[in-house]
Amino acid sequence: MTEKFFGKAVKRVEDPRFITGAGNYTDDIVLHNMTYAAMVRSPYAHAKINSIDASAALALPGVLAVLTGKDLVAAGINPIPPGWLLPDLKISAHHAIQPDKVTHVGNIVAAVIAETRAIAEDAAALVDVDYEMLPAVALGSTALAEGAPQVHELAPGNVAFKWEIGDSAAVDAEFAHAFKTVEVKLRNQRLVPNAIEPRSSLADYKRAGDEYTLYTTSQNPHIHRVMLGAFIMGIPEHKLRIVSPDVGGGFGSKIFQYPEEVIVLFASKKLNRPVKWTATRSESFVSDAQGRDHETVAEMCVDADHKVLALRVKTIANLGAYLTTFAPAVPTYLYGTLMNGTYKWKAIHCHVTGTYTNTVGVDAYRGAGRPEATYVLERIMSRMALELGVDPLEFRRKNFIQPDEFPYQTPVALQYDSGNYEPAMDKAMAMLDYAGLRAKQAEGRKNGKYIGIGVSTYLEACGLAPSALVGSLGAQAGQWESALVRVSATGKVEVLTGSHSHGQGHETAFAQVVADELQIPMEDVSIVHGDTARLPHGWGTYGSRSAPVGLSAIKMASDKINDKAKKIAAHLLEASVDDIVHEDGKYQVKGVPEKSKSFFDIALMAHLAHNYPADLEPGLEATHFYDPKNFVYPFGTHLAVVEVDANTGHIQLIRYVCVDDCGPIINPLIVEGQVHGGVAQGMGQALLENTVYDDNGQLTSGSYLEYTMPRADNMVQLEIGHTVTPSPHNPLGVKGIGEAGTISSTAAIANAVIDALEPFGVKHLDMPYTPEKVWRAISASLPQAADD
Amino acid sequence: MAQVVAVTMTVNGVKSTHHPEPRTLLVHYLREKLGLTGTHVGCDTSQCGSCTVHVDGMAIKSCTMFAVQAEGANVTTIEGMGEIGHLHALQTGFWEEHGLQCGFCTPGMIMSSADLLSHNPNPSESEIRHALEGNFCRCTGYHNIVKAVQNAAHSMAQSAMAQAADD
Repeated sequence: MTEKFFGKAVKRVEDPRFITGAGNYTDDIVLHNMTYAAMVRSPYAHAKINSIDASAALALPGVLAVLTGKDLVAAGINPIPPGWLLPDLKISAHHAIQPDKVTHVGNIVAAVIAETRAIAEDAAALVDVDYEMLPAVALGSTALAEGAPQVHELAPGNVAFKWEIGDSAAVDAEFAHAFKTVEVKLRNQRLVPNAIEPRSSLADYKRAGDEYTLYTTSQNPHIHRVMLGAFIMGIPEHKLRIVSPDVGGGFGSKIFQYPEEVIVLFASKKLNRPVKWTATRSESFVSDAQGRDHETVAEMCVDADHKVLALRVKTIANLGAYLTTFAPAVPTYLYGTLMNGTYKWKAIHCHVTGTYTNTVGVDAYRGAGRPEATYVLERIMSRMALELGVDPLEFRRKNFIQPDEFPYQTPVALQYDSGNYEPAMDKAMAMLDYAGLRAKQAEGRKNGKYIGIGVSTYLEACGLAPSALVGSLGAQAGQWESALVRVSATGKVEVLTGSHSHGQGHETAFAQVVADELQIPMEDVSIVHGDTARLPHGWGTYGSRSAPVGLSAIKMASDKINDKAKKIAAHLLEASVDDIVHEDGKYQVKGVPEKSKSFFDIALMAHLAHNYPADLEPGLEATHFYDPKNFVYPFGTHLAVVEVDANTGHIQLIRYVCVDDCGPIINPLIVEGQVHGGVAQGMGQALLENTVYDDNGQLTSGSYLEYTMPRADNMVQLEIGHTVTPSPHNPLGVKGIGEAGTISSTAAIANAVIDALEPFGVKHLDMPYTPEKVWRAISASLPQAADD
Repeated sequence: MAQVVAVTMTVNGVKSTHHPEPRTLLVHYLREKLGLTGTHVGCDTSQCGSCTVHVDGMAIKSCTMFAVQAEGANVTTIEGMGEIGHLHALQTGFWEEHGLQCGFCTPGMIMSSADLLSHNPNPSESEIRHALEGNFCRCTGYHNIVKAVQNAAHSMAQSAMAQAADD
């Protein structure tokens, strides 16, 4: 038998370069005659640009050019469009360099190109911009208020869109006869994704051939090629190559089309030299698309048997100053459709108002809409359990969709194809010793020790599909994925995938599957991604789509290789192709193992074609474009345990148990790593991170000194389990796991904190649960000490 | 032309002289003058630790030091820790325990961890977490980074014991 790799904890093949400092990130790339760009960014949230005086900057030795918005407009460069449209969407013009007006702090007003990074930065400080300040607005609900400053003239009242899903009348009817109703008001605070590698772009225009190459920190180079080439700059796609080499984390923030990429491409042609720009972290805080930022009122009701009836959700989604690439989709189709969770609702209605504000654009951040939905749903479920005086897990158990009810049509469009929620919950409860811990909690409360246990029995929908459906919902992209499996004459295999890895370990996990399919050693397989010049068109990596969509395409392309190999083997072995089996690493005549050809034999003959079937093309490579039939639906139960120090308000995460169901696991090391990182990001939102704008639209949490990132001592060793419910519609049965940790953990930890504070009568606090906020809530509940 | 100064330092055992501007940070000197791009820049406030290197045996954030301040110093970067076939125990530990995903913070993590193990060869989980407070990772949740450091501490202790037995 050949070695099987599926399911094995294979050490990652990409690691040797990273642990020795040999990674190749965009900012590591140096080209001959390279220049550097620095951006002049608005210090104001909202202002008119009266004039720009670049004379002092241009006078500095080493400065090559200062570009303004008017230069780009004059050259016919279009604004950056959103990649998802909704009915009656008000689209603000997002110029790479603003020609007339700025609408957030960090908006680019000019770009300096110079011989060195230092000169470029010096010169950027010398560009004198005359601004006329305008009133600004930073909070979504404030932007919707009567008389609020207008961010864009084309969007009266700062409304970018109004969107709804579900049946409002059916919800009203359920509330009319409900046994019990609860309402929660939730602020899902804005987050900064904070991939540790800052964004970087290096453009290299070559006059010979009139061709552009852009090295850039991207999760989806082909999307950049379409947007930059066809929509923004008018460069034919075959003249524009996008390379995204090693990328130091994305979490959504490197999906989008950013202004700096336009600027360096434009400047490279203008100067006929390579131009590099790399963000400082301070720039990242005011220019990377941010995440979340919802204000929500949610109500739910149950009947006398504690069965859930209806859910009503109204959300204001702050979109920032511009619609970035997927911004319209995140608080709508990736949010409202997720409100059903794992429960059997009779009716759901969700209404979302997308608002413009004078802040950085908000778009997909790990989970993208689904963490926001899960937070609403899992918080209100726990709140209802509290009001009913029942255990929050048993309340959920009572309301789960049952395994024999799939496919299950939710009231919010999605049709779940598979699921089995109780085993995951039971397993998590057993791992935690839930009953024992509840007893300990009760005992502790008598002695001033306050622990809280929180739950989230989440579901998510990932691997967005099929293309026709997402197109009908407004996507300006397909959601299939491509793969090209290319076998060399010596049997070495190059797999080109439209998926992109920026930490997810595709070079390993994908190679495991290909090695199994072709029955060859893993070291004979390389996975290639991130270069539009080498790959068929692809749509990249986000929304946990790489395994269910990208890898499915690879599996199907590998099947085509095997089909062709069998034909070649049949010819060589003088057998019928129907009699050829692929076993023990060989293509052999069924029942006659000595009549066989190795993968090497087949690859060589496919290339030599000396003794070859007359009706078969030479060569051994196959392409497959795979468009899935449906989303995949991972789910699970997360249980968080926190301890509150009642004297200081400090919250410490003390245990975290999660049981996820992502279908069959290709590489447990990688899957668990995804869960670890996801949970840490969710914990960060619950306990630490907050993006704070003041009333003038100034970002007051614009560096790591103010924005609290999760550190090693904020986390505990996670306790991880799995159940396995395969997806019924993709060839490997796999489901995404990249976002599940984040989707579930914020709600689980929030519920744990509120549970811990129950003895103090606290029923709700908004995240993050900082010591000050928690201490104030505890203090407010205590009787005032009488003066002695 | 901008003013430049001669700086001589020994990096990963190789002594060389270059002429940076006086304001050049050590991290930019290493990346741009010496081409040692394994040391990364992740922030501009000395919080993230991606740029951690050793200067005269001590872990420092190379974005917080001018190149001229390293005049005459012995500097070790990730490239000097080990190579495939001869990896440092920490490099092996990070690989075996899946202590990295995107790899961007990894060189700094390894350099900080090496500093920890040099003065505390058998750290507790809590000591490891405390020692790595100055290094951000957004991918791993630190879970496997802790395990990687424990793995390295264990293998370094074993080779020290084997060494002692040989002596």
